[in-house]
Amino acid sequence: MGQLPNLNEFMRISRRILAGLATASLAVTVTSCGGGSDTSGSFDDTVTVGILHSLSGTMAISESTLVDTEKMAIKEINAAGGVTVGGKSYKIDYIVEDGASDWPTFAEKSKKLIDQDGVPVVFGGWTSASRKAMLPVYESKDAFLYYPIQYEAQECSNNIFYTGASPNQQSEPATDFMYKRSPAAGKPFFLVGSDYVFPRTSNTITKEQLKSLGGKVVGEDYLPLGNTEVAPIISKIKKALAPSGGGVIINTLNGDQNVAFFKQIQDAGITPSNGYYVMNYSIAEEEISTIGPEFLEGHYGAWNYMMSIDTPESKKFAADFKALYGSDRVVADPQESAYNMVYLWKQAVEDAGTFENSAVREALVGQTFDAPQGPVEVMPNHHLAQTVRIGLIKPEGGFEILEETDGVVFPQAWNQFEPSSKGYACDWTDPSKGERYKL
Amino acid sequence: MLLDSLFNGVAIGSVLLVSALGLAIVFGLMGVINLAHGELMMLGAYTTYVTQLIFKLPLLKPYYNGYVIVSIFFAFIVSGVVGILLEKTVIRKLYGSPLETLLATWGVSLILQQFVRSVPLAYGTGVVISLLIGLILPSVFSSKVKESINFKYVKFSSWIFAALAGVLSGNLISSSVSKLSRASARNVDVTAPAWMRGQVEILGTAFPKTRLMIIIITLISVIAITLFLNQSVWGMRIRAVTQNREMSDCLGISTEKVDVLTFGIGSGLAGVAGVAVSLLGSVGPNVGGNYIVGCFMVVVLGGVGNLLGTIFASFGIGIMTDLIGAGRLLSIWPDMPLPLFNTINFFATTSMARVMIFALIVIFLQFKPTGLFPQKGRMVES
Repeated sequence: MGQLPNLNEFMRISRRILAGLATASLAVTVTSCGGGSDTSGSFDDTVTVGILHSLSGTMAISESTLVDTEKMAIKEINAAGGVTVGGKSYKIDYIVEDGASDWPTFAEKSKKLIDQDGVPVVFGGWTSASRKAMLPVYESKDAFLYYPIQYEAQECSNNIFYTGASPNQQSEPATDFMYKRSPAAGKPFFLVGSDYVFPRTSNTITKEQLKSLGGKVVGEDYLPLGNTEVAPIISKIKKALAPSGGGVIINTLNGDQNVAFFKQIQDAGITPSNGYYVMNYSIAEEEISTIGPEFLEGHYGAWNYMMSIDTPESKKFAADFKALYGSDRVVADPQESAYNMVYLWKQAVEDAGTFENSAVREALVGQTFDAPQGPVEVMPNHHLAQTVRIGLIKPEGGFEILEETDGVVFPQAWNQFEPSSKGYACDWTDPSKGERYKL
Repeated sequence: MLLDSLFNGVAIGSVLLVSALGLAIVFGLMGVINLAHGELMMLGAYTTYVTQLIFKLPLLKPYYNGYVIVSIFFAFIVSGVVGILLEKTVIRKLYGSPLETLLATWGVSLILQQFVRSVPLAYGTGVVISLLIGLILPSVFSSKVKESINFKYVKFSSWIFAALAGVLSGNLISSSVSKLSRASARNVDVTAPAWMRGQVEILGTAFPKTRLMIIIITLISVIAITLFLNQSVWGMRIRAVTQNREMSDCLGISTEKVDVLTFGIGSGLAGVAGVAVSLLGSVGPNVGGNYIVGCFMVVVLGGVGNLLGTIFASFGIGIMTDLIGAGRLLSIWPDMPLPLFNTINFFATTSMARVMIFALIVIFLQFKPTGLFPQKGRMVES
């Protein structure tokens, strides 16, 4: 009999431990699914939004930084009292889904977020291929996707809000700079890119633009995705540009193909000191540190946001991000764009007084925001008017900003250099105009 | 101009050759379709990266310039050991069933990719060190110990010792090189030492030094492996087993040992190839996938089971890639007829050159299905 109470005691304790474990694991599951529940404060209700980027596969390296930034923006908004709609304050919760670098998965997860979770908005995507896969889903369900990456444009959906640069906000000012004011001004151009939709469209626009400027394109080549054998491209560049003592190379290569490219052009003597200057459209602060500034020093980049922008907003953005995720992290243009879109959504919802899509869409156009890059404004074509900057890559990494546009550049969804879209525009505020109308 | 073109062709060809050499042995001589070959290359590339960081430690800093040479040996050992383990655990059970081998090695390739993504490189190095000790230690005991009935306990305890050594060395590396102590799926970068960067001028043409280095690595690998296969006792045994397994077995050759050795050498060569490709691009979990198709293409075109064929095939493909992709034909023969000019101009981009070369190989294999230099002999007939 003497042993029995002990046994009971033991069982009670072990049951308590088990229960505790179960609660703890439940709590872990809840935080990992729901997230964002770490801010205190009283809210009347919660609203759950969707975040959809690749957390696995080849794109995970880039896209996970966007998830981090979007979470940070949501955290900031919650800390400042959440979203106020119709006199009620809402706390923002989020569901993160993994697009797995696989384009059909993006469409599938979008359906899940819209139908099952009933989110009012999805922040997501990186590659053009993933956006093209998601577009029909959002259009058929009349849902809303916020897409944060600079892209080739030639698209204007009523159900997508594009906060990255359109070509006239990145490649056009960059080409203009390289042709007129760079050390290689007036020299011929060579275009290099990965073989998919963004580089090809972007280069078509560059070629048309150079034609009207009087510049010369002496060659262009595309590297199949995954291929890192750049020797034939290098000999073509040399053959094409050497007679004029150097020139401009416009580079739209993707990810780690850049590493192979820059390592090998340096070995082949294609360097700024020999008169060859590379203008990059896909290399931001993050990529500079991955590729190594010693290979990129003296070349150029064009973005809306650069970490070296010397304003309190920009510094605060970088400092907040580092405080949250570690001092070795950097912020770059895509992240700034992702950060802006969360705030713009919040403002639009508050102005509309509802989470309902058509009202939010109407309220979105005309929203302004003091972004880390400076003021931005949502245009009737669902793109963002923003400032364009040209930067020189510094030996220690990062950009030295050489020039920036006076005020914002207005986005063109339909490019005015490309013959097939010349003279067209997009305006979703006027029912008679819509996706594509003649100017 | 012609020299430049030839050099470029040879440079592209030697990357193909060094990466296909290991496969030519594993697939060519043993008939094992090893889809994890690319990942063995990846391990070699990561070894170069780890070696580079270790040579940045204050103790080894003075010898930093030589780290690439050292990493060639390390990469050979690392990939070789992983290859031997792969043979002993997976492939040995699947000889004679090519489809299962294909699926199993593909699975292994996925495991290896995920391994470098989710295990910190310092501990990955620890795992390799413990494997190395565990495989070698039992064989250093005298034959008297080996024959004793308790040898399995000796073997077991040597594995425990190996595991301890692995954990210790993993911790040591992790605490001394902070970059290796965290797991990351992010691509890393191998930077060649200063003496291997830039270019040298020979006969008025400038050659990138890293490309020359790769050509040298390839040459040494080819010479070493040819000498090994043709001059050494084990090389002779390998060739004997390749030609007639049953007969060799009857004559007292341990075919099991020969299989392990052949697979280990093939895998080790993949590691050496990893060092070479790490000098060209970045090092990441997917780096092997970029090369595996090219490797199989070279081995099939050259003729399975023939090293000479592999050599000819890789330089052939290399020179063709440069001739077509860089549009050299156009400058060599500027006033060719217009339709021909347009056709060649159309294919003079990197993507289209690849299409063209694949098409040419397919057509070639229609006429000579066994490749450039088909293996003759008993094995082919059976």
